[in-house]
Amino acid sequence: MTRVRTWLGNPWAKPRFLVLFTALYLVWSIVPILIAIRFSFNEGRSRSTAQGWSLRWYTGDPDASVLHDPTLHSALAQSLRLAAIAVLVTVPLGVALAVGLTRWRGRGAGTARGISLATLVTPEIVMGTALLLVFIELLTFIPLGTVAQAIGHITFSIIFVVIIVRGRLLAIGPEYEEAARDLGASRLQAIRLALLPMLIPAVVASGIIVFAISMDDFVISAFLSSGTDTDTVPVRIYSQGRTAPTPALNALATVTLVLTIVIALVGFLLWRGVRAARGQTGSTVGEFAALDAEGVR
Amino acid sequence: MSEPGRRVGADGGRENRFWAGLALPGVVWLCVFFLLPFYVILCVALGSLDPILLTPAPEWNPLQWNTAAFEFVLDNLFTPGAAFETVFVRTFFYVLIATTLSLLIAYPVAYYVARYGGRWKGLLLVGLIAPFFISYLMRMLAWINLLQDDGWVNSVLIWVGILDAPRNWLDGRASSVILGLVYGYVPFMILPLYAFLDRIDRSLLEAARDLGASPFQAFRLVTLPLSTPAILAGVVIIALPMFGDYYTPDLLSGAPQTSLIGNQINLYIRGGQQVPVGAALVVVLMVFLTVLMGYYLFATARAQRRLGG
Repeated sequence: MTRVRTWLGNPWAKPRFLVLFTALYLVWSIVPILIAIRFSFNEGRSRSTAQGWSLRWYTGDPDASVLHDPTLHSALAQSLRLAAIAVLVTVPLGVALAVGLTRWRGRGAGTARGISLATLVTPEIVMGTALLLVFIELLTFIPLGTVAQAIGHITFSIIFVVIIVRGRLLAIGPEYEEAARDLGASRLQAIRLALLPMLIPAVVASGIIVFAISMDDFVISAFLSSGTDTDTVPVRIYSQGRTAPTPALNALATVTLVLTIVIALVGFLLWRGVRAARGQTGSTVGEFAALDAEGVR
Repeated sequence: MSEPGRRVGADGGRENRFWAGLALPGVVWLCVFFLLPFYVILCVALGSLDPILLTPAPEWNPLQWNTAAFEFVLDNLFTPGAAFETVFVRTFFYVLIATTLSLLIAYPVAYYVARYGGRWKGLLLVGLIAPFFISYLMRMLAWINLLQDDGWVNSVLIWVGILDAPRNWLDGRASSVILGLVYGYVPFMILPLYAFLDRIDRSLLEAARDLGASPFQAFRLVTLPLSTPAILAGVVIIALPMFGDYYTPDLLSGAPQTSLIGNQINLYIRGGQQVPVGAALVVVLMVFLTVLMGYYLFATARAQRRLGG
C-alpha cells in the first residue's frame, strides 16, 4: 500500500501503478466495443460468440441485413439527417448568441446567460418530457417526428457552441474589432471582417461537437419520435438491444460508429487546417480535448 | 446600420442594443423551447385527466391548479415501502455508488495523462476522447453482447474458476446496471478532471517537496485540494444525467427490481395512463436536482475561498 502511495504521490518517480491503471482503463473502455464490432461480422446468428467472418449482417442477408432491413437503414438516415440539421441551425444560432452574450452588458444579459447555462444542467429526460408535452399540449402545429426532434437537438446543443465560442472570444478580446471600427468599418463589417475569421476554428470545433452529441442523443430522439420511421440509431438499439435475433444491430452500430468517426475526423482535420492558417500553434489534440472538456463542463 | 468612424463604446446604449439584438434569436429560441415547456410541465402536473380519453387536460390558469397528482407523488414518495420511495432511494444509491466508482477510476487516469502523458499524451487523449464519438447506446449494446448467458464474461469467469455455471447477468442485477452506468459515464468525468489537472502549476508541487513534504503529502496537501473544484464539477456532470437515466437499467436488466426514477417517468409520461403523475415526478426530480446544484455551487465557492481565489 505504501508503495502504491509513493507511486501516486511522487512527482519524479516512474508511476508504474498509474501506467498499469490507465492501460487497464483504456483496455476496459475500448475492448468491449471492438468485440461488438467483431460480432457484427459473424457468419452465424449469435451476438455473443464468434462464428466465422462474413458481411452477411451488413449486405448479404436478404431480410435482416442493414442494407435490406428498412427499419435499420432508415434509422441511420434519420440520425444523419437530424445531426445535419442540428449542425446547420445550432452553429449560426449559437455563434450569434455567444457573441451577443459576451459583449452585451445590461439587465437582461445575466438572465439570458443563466437560461442558456440551465440547459446544460437539465437532465435529458426532463427536457424530453418538457418538449413532448409542449408539442402535444400547446404548440400543436409542430408535429412529433423529424421537426420536433431537430428542435430538441438544437435546444440542448446551443450551449456547447456558446461555451466553445465564448472561450475563444474572451481570448481574442475586443481590440481587433475596435481597430476595424477605427478604420471605418461598421459594426457588422467589423464582426464579419475582423471577428468571424478569428472565430472560424472555434466555429468548426463547435460544429464537430454538435454533430457528435446529436448522433449520440437518445432520450430526446426517443421522446419526440413519431414512430418507427423517425427512430434514430440509438432508439433502434434501445428497442431491439435485448430482443434482436441477429448481429444486424451490431452491424448498424458499427456503420454508425465508423461514419461518426470519419465525419468527426474530417471536421478535426478542417479545424487543424483553419487553425494553422490563422497562425495558432501548439498541441492540436490537447487543445481539442480541452475544448471537449469545456463542452461537458 | 453603417456609421463610419464611430468608436466602439462611444455610444453605450445603442452599442448594447446591438449586442442584445445579436443574442436575441438564441434567447427567443431558448424561451420558446426551454422555458415555456417547463411552464407546460407545471400546467400538466397541476391539471387534470380527461375522464374518458385519459389524456392530460393541462390547467393554464395558476389560480385553478389542482394538486391531486402532486399529492399522490409526494404521498407515495414519503411513505416508507411505497413504490416511488423505493425507486427514489434505489436511484440515489445507484447514482452514489456509480459516481464514487467513476471518481476512483477517473481521477488516477486523468492524473496520469495530465502529469506523465509525455510524448504519449496525444495518443492517450485520443483514447480518452474516443467514447465521446461512440454512442452511449452502442456502448451498452457491447455489454449486452458480453453479458449474455453464453457471452464472453461468463466464459472467462468459468474458465478462471470463479463461476461453476453461467450466470444470468441481464435479469435484474444491480451490479450489471451499476457497471453499465460507470462504463457509460466515466469518460465524461475524466475529461474535465484532465483539463483541470493539466493546468495545475508544477512548481507548487516542487515547492511542497522542497519544504519537506513526502510525495504522498505533496499530493494530499497540494494536488488534491487544488483539484477539489474539478472533482465536484466531475461529480455533478455525471450525477445529473444519471438521475434521469432509464435506458441503462432497461437494457442491462429490464426487471422491476432495478427500476429507477427515470423508468417511472418514462412509464408515466409515455405509457399514457397517468401523464400528470409523470409530470409531477419530473417536477419533484427537478427540485431535488436544483437543491443538489445549489449545494454544488456552495461547495465550489467554499473550496475556492479555501484556496484563496
